[in-house]
Amino acid sequence: MTWGLTGVTVRFGVTNALVDTTLTVEPGQVIGIVGGDGAGKTTLLRALVGEVVPRSGSVHAPAPHRIGYLPASSGSWAELSVRENLEFVGRSFGLSTSQVAARADELLARAGLDSARDRLARQLSGGMRRKLGFCMATVAEPDLLVLDEPSTGVDPVSRVELWRLVSLAAAGGAGVVMSTTYLDEAERCGHLMVLDEGHVLLSAPPEEALASLVGTVVTTTDPVHPERAWRRGRTHHEWWPPGERPVGSTITPDLEDVVIAASLARRAGVAA
Amino acid sequence: MVVKEFRELRRDRRTVAMIVFMPLLLLVIFGYAANFSVDSVTTAVVGPQADQVAGMLPDFFDVTTTDTALTEADAHDMVQRRDVDVAFLADGTPVTVLVDGSNLFAAQATVSVLNKMGDQVTADVLFNPDLETSWVMIPAIIGLILTFIGTIVTSIGLVRERTAGTLEQLAVMPIRASTVILGKIAPYFLLAAFDMTLVTVLGVWLFGVPFNGNVAVFALGAAIFLFVVLGLGVFISTISQNAGQAIQVAFMLMLPQILLSGMIFPLDAMAAGVRWIAYGLPLTYFTMISQGVMLRGAPIDSLWLPLGALTVMALLIFTGAVLRFRRDLAPSRRRGHAHGEHVEAATR
Repeated sequence: MTWGLTGVTVRFGVTNALVDTTLTVEPGQVIGIVGGDGAGKTTLLRALVGEVVPRSGSVHAPAPHRIGYLPASSGSWAELSVRENLEFVGRSFGLSTSQVAARADELLARAGLDSARDRLARQLSGGMRRKLGFCMATVAEPDLLVLDEPSTGVDPVSRVELWRLVSLAAAGGAGVVMSTTYLDEAERCGHLMVLDEGHVLLSAPPEEALASLVGTVVTTTDPVHPERAWRRGRTHHEWWPPGERPVGSTITPDLEDVVIAASLARRAGVAA
Repeated sequence: MVVKEFRELRRDRRTVAMIVFMPLLLLVIFGYAANFSVDSVTTAVVGPQADQVAGMLPDFFDVTTTDTALTEADAHDMVQRRDVDVAFLADGTPVTVLVDGSNLFAAQATVSVLNKMGDQVTADVLFNPDLETSWVMIPAIIGLILTFIGTIVTSIGLVRERTAGTLEQLAVMPIRASTVILGKIAPYFLLAAFDMTLVTVLGVWLFGVPFNGNVAVFALGAAIFLFVVLGLGVFISTISQNAGQAIQVAFMLMLPQILLSGMIFPLDAMAAGVRWIAYGLPLTYFTMISQGVMLRGAPIDSLWLPLGALTVMALLIFTGAVLRFRRDLAPSRRRGHAHGEHVEAATR
């Protein structure tokens, strides 16, 4: 069974938050949604879980008790303990008390939250609270796992642990859709969707995304068109559209270059 | 810095509304409502010499009933039902005057006028013989406590889900919207009911406030009133993004109720325009019920007006607020996809 969106457009007032977006999620697949602030990542995820009703298009999703969702906020109840949070969510998803207890033990051990099970959620660090949110989203072993920037604000060690949990959920058969602002993380996904101002710039596996660059990216210390350049370390990278003669040293772009170039290309009206 | 502050203020409409609304409200209240002196009281004159006595009474007594056939029991009943504030028993000399002590300021003014009439009359203050302020205030304060819990505490509790982002979590969880709403409101209903019982028992125990009426009638009035104030709390949560905003709105809704419900200033002494505002406030009606049941032992049929008014308010406010809150929960549920695999489709 696959899930996803077909031709979905979401508008908030006069703003197009998502335009004609199609996404297919296979069981066991991890899809990364990438984009800057206001790109439409959260709107896409909220449309998928039924929190936003599209203006047009269709959403194909499992029943709510088969969806796990980690919102951009903590997603946990601050005045409940770790165990109580899991218990509340598990029971709400229809698990029995013993099933919740067994599942909580398993998840807390995997997430390294064993020793914090009686601590209130508000007493957890940011990373621990995101891991708790992840455990809550997966407590009922959902078919579709939707994670809104699970690793934002999380320290590097906790990010690695979160990724391990995501991989385990996917290995268990869940289709995972997660938004992220970290491109190194995005490269680990089986499929990437890059959004910009609600538009899909790219939708492909990472290796295909890397090969999909339109135009040329060069390194330079003195960009010819500063509006098409971005700083990478001590140098600048500059995007040159097809048909223009690049000035600088042509490079093999990485994912960050491809995403930025795709965004510049869309704004310049250059088709991918 | 000043320009920044004004820019922020201009965009904070609630604060602007409070800056404009509060002085106007206080001006109106203290100008037209802050008046303890009662100029007239509704009066019944009964007994064989009712016509003669009624003709001799000063203007302070607004005689609405004169009946030679009615007895002392009828007069007592009229005062108990608050059909009148005062009843003269014109069956001899001195004339006995039954005064409703639960209407404190009217009773104080009446006793003062009767004292000037000398030994022709004997005042019999019913329901609050020593004209104790606490006896009148405590039934009203019960309503104030219910308003506080129902409006402020409930709205903060609900808005906390929004600020913490857990409302979003609840919205996508497989729980019916009605279950979420019921689960959120029920604890506050129970807490308010507990507080109401505690304050009532303490009021009776510590201050000797009588409980002359039917507990079931009191409980019915309190339950309906709770639905009104819980509805207000839910409504406030739907128009507030954080606890500060919720408290601001709740304060703006509570202040007129405290000042205009008859708890502090007597309704009879208010200017007509302000009195009509008071009649639009739920606490006014709960105070009528609580004072009526506790002090006068008023029967349910004499409380049809406050009970009816509160029922209409409860239906309108609670239903409207719950529907607004429900709208904040997953919008896709409104399309009937709460259960089972769903395909949402929208047409272009």
